[in-house]
Amino acid sequence: MSQVPSDWEVVIGLEVHVQLRTRAKVFASSPWGFGQEPNAQVDPVVLGLPGTLPVVNREAVEKAVLFGLVVGAEIPERCAWDRKNYFYPDNPKNYQLTQKDFPVVVGGRVEIELPGPSRNVMGEHKSVRIHHAHLEEDVGKLSHAGGGSLIDYNRAGVPLLEIVTEPDLRSAAEAEAFLRSLVAMLTQAGVADCDMEKGQLRCDCNVSVRRRGDAQLGTRTETKNLNSISSVRDTVIYEAARQIRELGAGRSIAQETRGWNAELARGYVLRDKEDAHDYRYFPDPDIPALKISRETVARLAKQVPENLYDRQRRYVEKLGLPYTAASVLVADRVLAEWFEAAVAAHPANPSGVANLVANDLLRDLTAAVPPIPLSACPIRPASLAGLVKLTDEGVISKQQAKEVFTEMFNTGQEAAAIVDAKGLRQNSDTGELEKIIREVVADPSVAKSIAEYRAGNEKAINALKGPIMKRTQGKANPGLVDQLLRRILG
Amino acid sequence: MADALHELSAAELGRRLASGALASRALCEALIARHQAINDKFGAFTHLDEADVLAQADASDARRKAGQGRGPLEGIPVGIKDNVAVKGQPLTCSSKMLAPLVSPYDSHVAERLRAAGAILFGRLNMDEFAMGSSTENSAFRKAFNPWDLERIPGGSSGGSAAALAAGLVPLALGSDTGGSIRQPASHCGVVGLKPTYGLISRFGLVAFASSLDQIGPMARSVEDCALLLDALASADARDMTCFGPSDRALTPAGDARKLRIGVPKGFLGKGVAPEVATAVNAAVEFYRSQGCAVSEVELPSADLAVPTYYVVATAEASSNLGRYDGVRYGHRSAVSGTPVEMMTASRSEGFGPEVKRRILLGTFVLSAGYADAYYVRALRARAKIRAEYLAALAGVDVLLTPTVPTPAFKVGEKAADPLQLYLEDVFTIPANLAGLPAISVPCGKSGRLPVGFHLVGAPLSESKLLAAGRLFEDAHGYAHQQAPL
Repeated sequence: MSQVPSDWEVVIGLEVHVQLRTRAKVFASSPWGFGQEPNAQVDPVVLGLPGTLPVVNREAVEKAVLFGLVVGAEIPERCAWDRKNYFYPDNPKNYQLTQKDFPVVVGGRVEIELPGPSRNVMGEHKSVRIHHAHLEEDVGKLSHAGGGSLIDYNRAGVPLLEIVTEPDLRSAAEAEAFLRSLVAMLTQAGVADCDMEKGQLRCDCNVSVRRRGDAQLGTRTETKNLNSISSVRDTVIYEAARQIRELGAGRSIAQETRGWNAELARGYVLRDKEDAHDYRYFPDPDIPALKISRETVARLAKQVPENLYDRQRRYVEKLGLPYTAASVLVADRVLAEWFEAAVAAHPANPSGVANLVANDLLRDLTAAVPPIPLSACPIRPASLAGLVKLTDEGVISKQQAKEVFTEMFNTGQEAAAIVDAKGLRQNSDTGELEKIIREVVADPSVAKSIAEYRAGNEKAINALKGPIMKRTQGKANPGLVDQLLRRILG
Repeated sequence: MADALHELSAAELGRRLASGALASRALCEALIARHQAINDKFGAFTHLDEADVLAQADASDARRKAGQGRGPLEGIPVGIKDNVAVKGQPLTCSSKMLAPLVSPYDSHVAERLRAAGAILFGRLNMDEFAMGSSTENSAFRKAFNPWDLERIPGGSSGGSAAALAAGLVPLALGSDTGGSIRQPASHCGVVGLKPTYGLISRFGLVAFASSLDQIGPMARSVEDCALLLDALASADARDMTCFGPSDRALTPAGDARKLRIGVPKGFLGKGVAPEVATAVNAAVEFYRSQGCAVSEVELPSADLAVPTYYVVATAEASSNLGRYDGVRYGHRSAVSGTPVEMMTASRSEGFGPEVKRRILLGTFVLSAGYADAYYVRALRARAKIRAEYLAALAGVDVLLTPTVPTPAFKVGEKAADPLQLYLEDVFTIPANLAGLPAISVPCGKSGRLPVGFHLVGAPLSESKLLAAGRLFEDAHGYAHQQAPL
């Protein structure tokens, strides 16, 4: 990764195109989804047959509004669609319905978290402004084969939300962090699935550079149609280095539209400013301006989940979780809610619950073949809480808890039932235990350790615990053992 | 034979069908025979699927027999302009571009007509993509005026008007963007109504200028026109601009003798032929004699209507017609090359000269650097015209003018001068710009040629327009007139 020289500043703005999670297309009743036979998801409206008309899918509008509420944007009382005219065979009407002047979402902010100095330490947080987000239709896919061109219109008319940021991002790492944060917010609110493998999130990346301290922005280039977070990161690195090289050599930057070849990790010029399209925008006469009632906004506001980083702060500050566990849990809303359900069943020890969920549970779910989704998890949140409670009460040891957890994961049984069936309850009978301890202490083989302990070496006491646990078959309460041992040794 | 079936009104045919005195099959056979005998003389229809018509007629007769008749249009043929989609029938818009196209779906109005038991009868000739006032722009064949075969029938719904005037069908659908129902109705001596924008779903109407287009009924009498209008209008979720009928909209209602009639100041001066002025003045006098209050109204921005229309309509058309590119359906050029080269060649070959002219005009007025001077200004002018018309219609019930300044001209007479041709629509265009209902009713003759007058009303005042037309029609001999062929 090439470093940006410290006297230069990179300025990045993103246009993120996200396919919304809806049943039907944005202006037609045809359903959509990935992996269908070509042209299976079309109807007369999608194909733009003569005489057909678009009808706005309210579900798509509501998902867009929901996104706006998630990022704290303004939801204008009315939004409207315009036609963007251009000729290309992937576009069934040769115009795209989009929102040029009256977008559904205006403003808003996305909080991002940069990588910390280590995995255990939280990085810097920053707020990225959203300029607006507008609702438009996706186009079909054109492919060239055997000297001809093939078109699949399944994707045509899929609802796309184009989210446009202000030029607030300053590095590839920030662009990457923004996209991760955005994806988390979109998926956690159920606005979109953002599956990049399926092309559900695509990005146009505007990059310019300037000397640090310059008030004016440099000339920007726009690299189009990046379909992964890594492509965005690589494009920023490449484009910033290229522009700094050009400017450093006394040349200027052309305002141009560029493409990105991910295989070669190189950008290339698509078209320069002279070739810019004249899209002849005008208000679509088929779709009257849409009023978005305040009742609808209020109803959707109830669906907005807790913000990712608000939740993270709450976990760390209120629940006392370590940053690492908190960041793992909040990345997935379902996981976080699962965790909170477990905490609700045993509020005394959120860290103990978090530790099991973020480490053991996640590990076993993902290690399963095939991986098990959380929704099919064999352990219920309350059951996991039961296990933590048994450990906290000293009924079983932490070591035993791991064993019980594995059994719960494999059988779905309650922790208490497993503990009873296996006879794992720790021995807390002090009389019995004291007798065993006295026997062990009397054994000459530990005399050296006892002497060291009495001489002030605290750790030497641990050498005595092994034989005691062995004699009790691990059922002794470690805390009690420690307590009695110290008393007996004086 | 008492009287020929082709001379009867839809209302009368309905009565005979209902009584069992007439079968839909017999009616359709008679009209098919008449079509075979005379359609070639004036080219009203470009296509007639006789087997399909007879199958529909048999189905209608069977329904009737089973006591499942669907209402006053059961078994009655309705001619369909070739820009209205009917499943399984050609949908060409009289364009080479769509010559190969068979519609895979029914328009809303086709569904409505089927639900009313009507027979969807053939495809009616028109100016290509409804662009024109003479049906000379049909890519297949010109249509002629049945009253004088050397003259144009008007347009773009020239085939619909000619078919009615020649007795090929009792009812027909037209579409009206700037006068395309009313102007040919006037030239052919029939009744044509352009409804309030949004009253009838445009789903399945091939778009010319979406904010102006409306489907409307055409017939040889006001009564028949109302019958057809009633069947067409209903709410449709597939057209977001369609609000469906209000119960007061659709049938002649109210006492037409109490209507206040406004005559726009100076209208009769504008290139109106003397015999047209005479006939229209007589209509004004008729209403006055019936007790109507007649007054002069001011519409200062009326002169802006034609230029405003040709900016707005061509802008929308340039975008609406973008989809015809040879990729998915319609004419595809044999020229090979890149997809975009193929699209360019297909469009260059598929569109006729008037369509190309309007696409170029519309592309220009929307272009960066020109849109503000043309398109945006036209939208402002349109808003002003609408406001003036609504203000005028607050003081009167209807505005009365000629429908067209002159009677039908000779074929080819204005072909070299599109601007002259565009002025055919000077009286009809404002209703489209303002979204208002309007009707053309026959009111006289200039020699052999029919002349009509034009009424514009406030939004959803169709019932008043129909009542006013009915009052005139009942007192004069122009209803049910047919050209002597």
